Amino acid sequence: MSKSSVQLGTEPGVRSTTRRRLQKKGTSEGAGYVFLIPWFVGLAIFTIGPMIYSLYLSFTKYDLLQSPTWIGLQNYREMFTSDPRYLHSVAVTIKYVFLSVPTMLALALGIAMLLNRKRRGVGVYRSLFYLPSLLGSSVAVALVWRSMFGQNGSLNAALSVVGIHGADWINSPTWALGTIIVLGCWQFGAPMVIFLAGLKQIPVELYEAAGVDGAGRWRKFLHITLPLLSPVIFFNVLLQTIGSFQAFTPAYIISGGQGGPADSTLFYTLYLYQKGFNDFQFGYASAMAWVMLATVGVITAAIFRFSRSWVFYGDEGER
Amino acid sequence: MSGMVTTDVKAEGIAPGNAKGGKTNGLLWHVFVAIAALVIIYPVLWMVGTSFKPAAEVVSSVRPWPLHPTLGNYPAGWNGNPGVTFGQFFLNSIVVSTGAVIGNLLACSLAAYAFSRLNFRLRRLFFAVMIGTILLPYHVLIIPQYVIFKQFGWVNTFLPLIVPKFLATDAFFIFLMVQFMRGIPRQLDEAARLDGCGPYRIYRYIVLPLTRPALITSAIFTFIWTWNDFFTQLIYLNDTSKFTVPVGLSLFVDQSGATSYGPMMAMSVLALLPVFLFFLAFQRLLVEGAASSGLKG
Repeated sequence: MSKSSVQLGTEPGVRSTTRRRLQKKGTSEGAGYVFLIPWFVGLAIFTIGPMIYSLYLSFTKYDLLQSPTWIGLQNYREMFTSDPRYLHSVAVTIKYVFLSVPTMLALALGIAMLLNRKRRGVGVYRSLFYLPSLLGSSVAVALVWRSMFGQNGSLNAALSVVGIHGADWINSPTWALGTIIVLGCWQFGAPMVIFLAGLKQIPVELYEAAGVDGAGRWRKFLHITLPLLSPVIFFNVLLQTIGSFQAFTPAYIISGGQGGPADSTLFYTLYLYQKGFNDFQFGYASAMAWVMLATVGVITAAIFRFSRSWVFYGDEGER
Repeated sequence: MSGMVTTDVKAEGIAPGNAKGGKTNGLLWHVFVAIAALVIIYPVLWMVGTSFKPAAEVVSSVRPWPLHPTLGNYPAGWNGNPGVTFGQFFLNSIVVSTGAVIGNLLACSLAAYAFSRLNFRLRRLFFAVMIGTILLPYHVLIIPQYVIFKQFGWVNTFLPLIVPKFLATDAFFIFLMVQFMRGIPRQLDEAARLDGCGPYRIYRYIVLPLTRPALITSAIFTFIWTWNDFFTQLIYLNDTSKFTVPVGLSLFVDQSGATSYGPMMAMSVLALLPVFLFFLAFQRLLVEGAASSGLKG
């Protein structure tokens, strides 16, 4: 390496400039692709290839032992017409996303606003509130949840002090999903730090001016904080919605891999796992995966579309 | 953790409050935030406390700390599975997580360098594709990837968990590094080019060393995410001797009796210990990384 560079450097001026020009146009063009080789290979083998393959598999019956047999749209038809568990898993997942994402983001914004001031200890609190986001997706924390919300868990012990006889939360079809939603909301720290960074960008002068004009806290929040924070809110909504659709570990651990009781925690991903890796219906599972991709795609597009009416970017006012 | 909160509250009690809010307002704020922090951290405290509780104390107890602390849960959990100890699970997890970190650092930094510093015709298109793969739900790929790895004969090995990282499949980290590399002055590249450096040497000796903060953030997040990852490891690892910590932990799900709480929490504490240590050592970096990687998009 070093040798060639020395040679290059000592070459006569004219030749080295032409070479440099060549290098700028030619080598850089090629070098870009060379540096991307690992990514290209990964993209082809592990992303695009599998996507095309799973689209093909979704039109087949495939159990991994015999080669796939083409059955057309039958998997899709079965999903929507003769598989009540599938439709149920859709309902469970939608319920989870629509209950956990708004609650979690409200909590994240509330705590972020509480922490958005110059007081000693803010850094420590911020770290403490962020910690669950690092731990929350682990099996260990899901096991903690399973124990805390069990019949003999600490929640019921706390309730019995106040004289309430608590339910067997994780084994109750009514409450089991609720415990997973609580676990989802517990990880509000990641959106919280993003909100905090956004809040820091809002000029203090705006609040001061509004205060002079007689605006109270609530009006300042509605007319300054929310509009100026809307790009960050949009980002968090998008990220958390996509993330919530893919939740798997808590449902698997808290329900013991079954999605019970009475399928009340049968998340879409968990049902997909069961279809693929318990029942070896790889064709059916692939069809499920594609419906999920389409759904997440449509929802992402909808969030983007809808954002135009409420997300405020600072430069718009200048138009 | 609780120690950190309480000492902090004490320190605040003496310190003057916010100029506007006054002393009582500041105190009120601290009481409120401290209580909120305690509620949020309670499950973690409960987990640590329960891991030191004898079986009799575990059932129906709100109190996180043990009255008669015991270390017995740790060996009980460690040796809880016939034939394999948690030591094996930890070893496996370390191999998988370290492999993932090395793979991500190498492959993602190469791709990020190309996207941020080199000019080529299809750059914008490929960049858009790369961003698209970040948003792609992983579950769409899992079935065909499994079929592919099955054909490679890689199921029940660590290869499906490590090799893809060497091919930059964790596009999120490419994006994170691109954002960082864009901030490095281009004059440095120019100067090096005048001195005769080619793209590779500019990458290796100029851009890469200056990207260190982003590399560290990527390394820590890759480690923690791989360490906590359950879905992939559950699917690809079949023999108990190949299990990683999360898959090993999931075996506790079948033992639902109250006697298993102690050992289960003991192993949960050990499982989260590396994450805790990273958190303590790098909390500022982690929190700020989480805040900025989101915003810069």
